[in-house]
Amino acid sequence: MQELKENNVLQPAMPKSWNEETKPHKFCPGCGHGIILKAVGEVIDELGIQDKIVFGCDIGCSLLSWDFFACDSVQTHHGRTTPVITGMKRANTDIIGIAYMGDGGGYAIGSQHLFNAAVRGEKITIILCNNCNYGMTGGQMAPTTLPGMKTETSPYGRDVEQTGYPTKGPEMVAAVAPEGAYVARGTIANVRQLKGFIKKALENQMAGNGISFVECLSSCPTNWRTNAKQTWEFVEKDMAQYFKVGELRTPQAKEGK
Amino acid sequence: MAKVVKIALAGEGGQGVQSIAEILAEAANEEGKNALYIPNFGVEQRGGVSIAFVQISDGAIGAPKFVEADILIPLSPRAVKRTKMHAGKNTVYIYDNSLVQEAEVNDNIVGMQYFDVTPPCPTADEANADLQQDMIAGEPKTCSFTKPGPGVDPADIPTNVKKVIACPANDLAKNELHPRVFNIIILGAIIAATEVLPIDSIKKALETKLGDKFKADPKLRDMNFKALDRGYELIKSAM
Amino acid sequence: MAEVSLQGEQRVFMTGNEVVAWAAVAAKVDIMYGYPITPQNEIMHYWTRLAPKYGKRFLQTEDEISAGFTMLGGVMTGRKAFTATAGPGNVLMQESCVMAEMMRLPAVYVIQQRGGPSTATVIYAQQETTLTCFGGNGEGHRIVYSTATHQELFDYTIKAFNAAWTYRFPSFVLGDGYQAKMREPLTIYDAESKGVKLVPTEPMVGEFKPGKQFKHLRNTYNTEEELYEVVMANQRDWDAMAPKVVEWYEKDCQDADVVFVCHGVVSRAAMGALDELRAQGKKVGLFRPITVRPFPEKQLADAVKNAKKVLVAESAYGQLLKMVQVAICGGKAEIVPMLRPGIGITTEELVEEYNKL
Repeated sequence: MQELKENNVLQPAMPKSWNEETKPHKFCPGCGHGIILKAVGEVIDELGIQDKIVFGCDIGCSLLSWDFFACDSVQTHHGRTTPVITGMKRANTDIIGIAYMGDGGGYAIGSQHLFNAAVRGEKITIILCNNCNYGMTGGQMAPTTLPGMKTETSPYGRDVEQTGYPTKGPEMVAAVAPEGAYVARGTIANVRQLKGFIKKALENQMAGNGISFVECLSSCPTNWRTNAKQTWEFVEKDMAQYFKVGELRTPQAKEGK
Repeated sequence: MAKVVKIALAGEGGQGVQSIAEILAEAANEEGKNALYIPNFGVEQRGGVSIAFVQISDGAIGAPKFVEADILIPLSPRAVKRTKMHAGKNTVYIYDNSLVQEAEVNDNIVGMQYFDVTPPCPTADEANADLQQDMIAGEPKTCSFTKPGPGVDPADIPTNVKKVIACPANDLAKNELHPRVFNIIILGAIIAATEVLPIDSIKKALETKLGDKFKADPKLRDMNFKALDRGYELIKSAM
Repeated sequence: MAEVSLQGEQRVFMTGNEVVAWAAVAAKVDIMYGYPITPQNEIMHYWTRLAPKYGKRFLQTEDEISAGFTMLGGVMTGRKAFTATAGPGNVLMQESCVMAEMMRLPAVYVIQQRGGPSTATVIYAQQETTLTCFGGNGEGHRIVYSTATHQELFDYTIKAFNAAWTYRFPSFVLGDGYQAKMREPLTIYDAESKGVKLVPTEPMVGEFKPGKQFKHLRNTYNTEEELYEVVMANQRDWDAMAPKVVEWYEKDCQDADVVFVCHGVVSRAAMGALDELRAQGKKVGLFRPITVRPFPEKQLADAVKNAKKVLVAESAYGQLLKMVQVAICGGKAEIVPMLRPGIGITTEELVEEYNKL
């Protein structure tokens, strides 16, 4: 990994698989996307798979990653990244497909795709950023909005009587995916662990085992209207309390491997 | 412009109307003629009457469906009622005047989209123990309609047609041959009425379609061919 | 009948859905993505039986949205892919189609039209003409072949793949339930040994070669001007393509007092009516757009320039009619519509309509 020096100040290393030309990236200050994508980039470097990756991104803030990597990338429609990457992998099994999306794309408009890709055990890697709201459209209630949490469309707080409870995506995927699945929930509050999950998720696809799904608890200070301290508190306490971090499924070690 | 022979067959779902339409069209094709066969399908099957449109010509064939048939063959009392619009002054009208009861179609198959592709047997409850439910290629495409009943109401038979021929195929099948070959008798009748194809071409088509079964049970071949000839003779003598 | 194969040429007798599956084999399609809906199901049935014999693939998706988008994934990796649908499924497929328009993806859709609106019938209609030509939030940058015979269904399915991979616009074969279900003879063939060149595919992403330029494909733009440039570039390409792909059929138009205008399977009824009426000495002609998008506007205007009346017959309420009105606007011929949404049109009915003129 190269280290860049600028004005004699040591700059943090940029993953080789990042697209330098589009940095600094376009996410808001304090947004978790950059942290997740850095972990993804480092894993791609470590696995040496930059040439094989096809990175698909959804609509929502995740679309801002369409030129984030020095990897083949496709920006799709809202919710449709799972089928696009599925179609690619089905047509060409040599690629390593990543479908990157938000909670709206994965758990609302594209939930049927996520569910069925999981059921079929599609050999792709889905990385989903959970920030409890629709960020790009201005902070509306999302499937993952916590009970009582205020958003633009739940101004008095999410009423679970009316809107149900937050979607637990990894739990759903883990429940329906066939053998060979890798399912985990990480958090930007523990990048080392998150990176480990993402690495296992990509290795699982490379081994051809089954679907790999990692939800990442992330932050959205812009729409949460939180300062740095409040933001971290929300991610580390409130979110982690409802969304349990850890591995939910790991592929059983195959005989002789 | 070459003459196009237009044949419409109608019967209860499961009487084998679509099967014989297909054999007829395939035989025509094998003879080097142009042929077009289209079943009606879908929720229009409500009521259980299944219609097959077949056209045969030495030249091009136009629209897949037509209004007036050259040969119209309704095979059940209900089919007689349902096909009135296809009878015209040039129509040879062949109907089954056996005294049978049309099959009641269970409500649970109303609206099924594949009624005639894999029909449940409408007379499953009345099935004769010695009858196989299948007639064509091992699929349950036909079943017997041997339950006695009032038959066709003579008042329903159109009068403004070229010719009306009564063909007691059901009785014939039941009494002389075998209920399984009911629709093959009809096939023979169609050939006699149209002379659109030599009867041997139908035998060839049957051989292609049922060759394996014929090999396993040569009696089946005899029975089918006999039914075909019987239907042919019956109409020839009536015309 | 001998076993069906694509060795050389073979005359076969089959349903339109089976024809499409064979045409896809002849076009050397790699993968089909599909979701069940009547009346196109047998395309999948035949494809899933044929595909393993030819080393090809199939994915049954969770809905038509997914069938459309998985197909786009497939074509982006440089594989020849298609899907087939009808009615409400066609509605859902439009979402993927506009992405294909924007990103210039060689998607191929086979549509076997059924009745509409809503679930309607599983039987037949021409009510998806406007949808197939102009569905979605865009400018209708697509190629739509409206077939009338099984031979055309075979020929134009192969052609649709070639057009898609040549011009990189989504391409449709617009059939209907009648064509799907009816049986008639046609000749199937191995495309290349018959001199029909198959346009090669090429991957847009996922190609592994040293020193490759990474691709970043998108359909989202930040500014009005940026979008305008992209859409206008596509429009210019589409305009340049249109004269090369436009196809039509006309018969006896130049001296005709009355010209029938129909597309798809209805033009078969018109052919029958034409023969019948010409035999009676009536001066009638037929104009049939084969590509309903791009529409042969100039050719139609020319074909009806001497006609007194233009009888537009379609199994929809004015979808073809609108295209005809635009094409011959300002001409002297009176347009007489025969609009029969969701129901077939026979030769007899067309002759009757003519006699009422």
